[in-house]
Amino acid sequence: MDTKTAGRKLGLKEKYAHMTRGLGWDTTYQPKEKVFPFEQMEGIKIHDWDKWEDPFRLTMDAYWKYQAEKERKLYAIIDAFAQNNGHLNVTDARYINVLKLFLTGVSPLEYMAHRGFAHVGRQFSGVGPRVACQMQALDELRHSQTQIHAISNYNKHYNGMHDFRHMHDRVWYLSVPKSFFDDAVSAGPFEFMVAIGFSFEYVLTNLLFVPFMSGAAYNGDMGTVTFGFSAQSDEARHMTLGLEVIKFILEQDPANLPIVQKWIDKWSWRGIRVLTLVAMMMDYMLPKRVMSWKESWEIYFEQNAGALFKDLARYGITVPECVTTATKEKDHLSHQAWSTFYQYGAAAAFHTWMPSPDEMDWLSAKYPDTFDKHYRPRFEYWREQEAAGNRFYNKTLPMLCQVCQIPMLFTEPDDPTKIAYRETQYKEDKYHFCSDHCQHIFEDEPEKYVQAWLPVHQIYQGNCFPEGTDPTAPDFDPLAAVLQWYHIEFGADNLAFEGSEDEKNFAMWRGMATQNS
Amino acid sequence: MQLDLRTVSIRPKRQTFSHIARRLGADKPASRYQEGTLDLQVTHNFHYRPYWAPQFELFDVRRTAIQMADWYTFKDPRQFYYGTYTLARARQQETTEGAFSFVEERGLVPNLPATVRKQALAVLLPLRHLEWGANMNNDFICAYGYGTAVTQPALFHAMDRLGIAQYLTRIGLTLGSPDDLDAAKQAWLDAPAWQGLRRYVEDTFVLEDWFELFVAQNMVLDGLLYPLAYQHFDVALTQQGGTAVSMLTQFMRDWKAESDKWLDATLKTAAAESPANAAQLHAWVSKWEARALEALAPFATLALGEAGGAALNEVHSQWRGRLTKLGVAPQGAAA
Repeated sequence: MDTKTAGRKLGLKEKYAHMTRGLGWDTTYQPKEKVFPFEQMEGIKIHDWDKWEDPFRLTMDAYWKYQAEKERKLYAIIDAFAQNNGHLNVTDARYINVLKLFLTGVSPLEYMAHRGFAHVGRQFSGVGPRVACQMQALDELRHSQTQIHAISNYNKHYNGMHDFRHMHDRVWYLSVPKSFFDDAVSAGPFEFMVAIGFSFEYVLTNLLFVPFMSGAAYNGDMGTVTFGFSAQSDEARHMTLGLEVIKFILEQDPANLPIVQKWIDKWSWRGIRVLTLVAMMMDYMLPKRVMSWKESWEIYFEQNAGALFKDLARYGITVPECVTTATKEKDHLSHQAWSTFYQYGAAAAFHTWMPSPDEMDWLSAKYPDTFDKHYRPRFEYWREQEAAGNRFYNKTLPMLCQVCQIPMLFTEPDDPTKIAYRETQYKEDKYHFCSDHCQHIFEDEPEKYVQAWLPVHQIYQGNCFPEGTDPTAPDFDPLAAVLQWYHIEFGADNLAFEGSEDEKNFAMWRGMATQNS
Repeated sequence: MQLDLRTVSIRPKRQTFSHIARRLGADKPASRYQEGTLDLQVTHNFHYRPYWAPQFELFDVRRTAIQMADWYTFKDPRQFYYGTYTLARARQQETTEGAFSFVEERGLVPNLPATVRKQALAVLLPLRHLEWGANMNNDFICAYGYGTAVTQPALFHAMDRLGIAQYLTRIGLTLGSPDDLDAAKQAWLDAPAWQGLRRYVEDTFVLEDWFELFVAQNMVLDGLLYPLAYQHFDVALTQQGGTAVSMLTQFMRDWKAESDKWLDATLKTAAAESPANAAQLHAWVSKWEARALEALAPFATLALGEAGGAALNEVHSQWRGRLTKLGVAPQGAAA
């Protein structure tokens, strides 16, 4: 390139600048405020977008080349996995319920991230961050699609994931992850970046995405773990973008600090609440455990995120208060969540079960201060009842937290025998919360959170029955009607794992694959 | 003789996801394009109105005047999902990389006639800014459009335009120097020949209807500009000994021919849906056609000199034929 006509050789950084920010210009036929109408709405002050340091320098031709190479390898393995009935190599059929939770709860979020990053990738007036956001928008589409394609073969053989898109918009526990992302995308563009780019992708990814992939690796699921490995380098880019964004905003103006701190506080808690589902997955749903939720929290939050917040202290950022609560909850979270899902196993699109005696011993060892004292007795009682033919299903509907939308199942941070209830009055109505932090989030933006589509309220209002249902009919069965509306097939997608079609089919197919009769 | 490799045969419980089966009309095997596209966007029970557009849901059919009974009537004839998209572009970038290497290694640039080199820089380099504008506009369509069937290819298109802007930048650095990039940017900002195009692009930045943006950018402006810039101008340069430049713009010609399949299918589907859609599309096409022709006249002259006017007429008349076939016939006499 540096021929006689070109004077000097360009450095990588300079060359990349020509390939990105050199393309932009200040519009004159249309005012900047009309071209980028949302940049001022949150009060974040950016004085000089040129101070943005590109966290990675990837031109489109290189992007196409590297990503295509990864896709080629990934799909070769997904194909081989399907062709060789790889699903029969998982530890046991209970594991497949993890994939149901993942496909119905997480993969649609990847898609929302795709659209959310496309949105902010249009709205920042700085070219550098816009390009980085657009690439992430494209990556997130990749993740949503590769997850669907990797899990597609499981769907052909097992229940509970066949209508994941329909379920995601409707089923009660899926409104927890859904409302989390709706919240982020409906916020202003800078808050979205702090919520998703920083809090979700940087701070929490090792607690959310990684446990699913490690779980796949530990449980013989080659299809899913290959997707995880394939996404690793994308995730590394997303993490550097998330960190760069927060540093850039904070360096631009001291007035940005209180706004950013408020967002970090809010989104740490919103994220931690979503992690409830991961906690129970790690401790109860993986036949072969990777580590306990508590250990995961200690390594990835207390140690790693602790170091991150030390690094951010020079900008004036402090560790969110909610971390104290979350740290107290680490001994309880997974047990409380799993007992809730066990009770509501008739209304979930995956199977639930009580841990075996061995598994209970593992839980006792991992949670020496709490499991035997608070949870084992309840679980053993349920096991006995189950053995006696009285498998317990809770037929009432739980009260939900107005913000995180999780049933009010959490106990007081300092009293594990007492459910935590918080409430506040806003205009004509009373609103309920699972914690101080959810209450604070509500009180800061009540007009936003009063809009929440709360599944239980919606059921009681009659909005979750198939068209033409008559709730006044004498034989009206509300649970059956709601499940029909969810597209949860009674007896196939829900109820106990023991005796389920999944359990029977897996045993039969594995027998066909490993025995001669 | 044929090998008979045997695997344990298990009869699957279902062939595809339920939402895909409903669209296919039966539970039968679905393609990866279908499983990765159909009904993928959230449609129901949004929790909060966006702060940045509280009059709408996060995804809202009311963001365009175009109405569809089913937004998944749109199909990408290329059946691009992420995997097939990146594989297709990776092959093209390999070819393009080969072309750049060939031109550089054979020392073809120093041997280019000075006028050809100068002319290529003057005409192609300011277009990198136009491509960047097209990137923003297609990203807008992805962000605010409705239904993955349309928004997915829109993001691919947006990233393609960034790629093309970067290839044009590279052409500038191959044929010239960073100073030429600066000069081209100055021309884009100030030179009279470019102001009509820049105004057109900036005016599209403030459009609120994403389907109008699709028409203004992808169907009208690109539909008229690409044949001028990458065909007529390419022939003119080649005739003056500029084959090397032609090698470096081959990506744009191949890409345009391929992308037009998606653009045409999209416009045709929207127009065929209802007379109201067809009338709306027609109104947009007419509005932006007049503006594009005005903006492109000085560009045609810059690129082709005296032959510019005739070339623009020819391109225009072919473009009208294309739109007529798609069910959006522009009215009135061709320019």
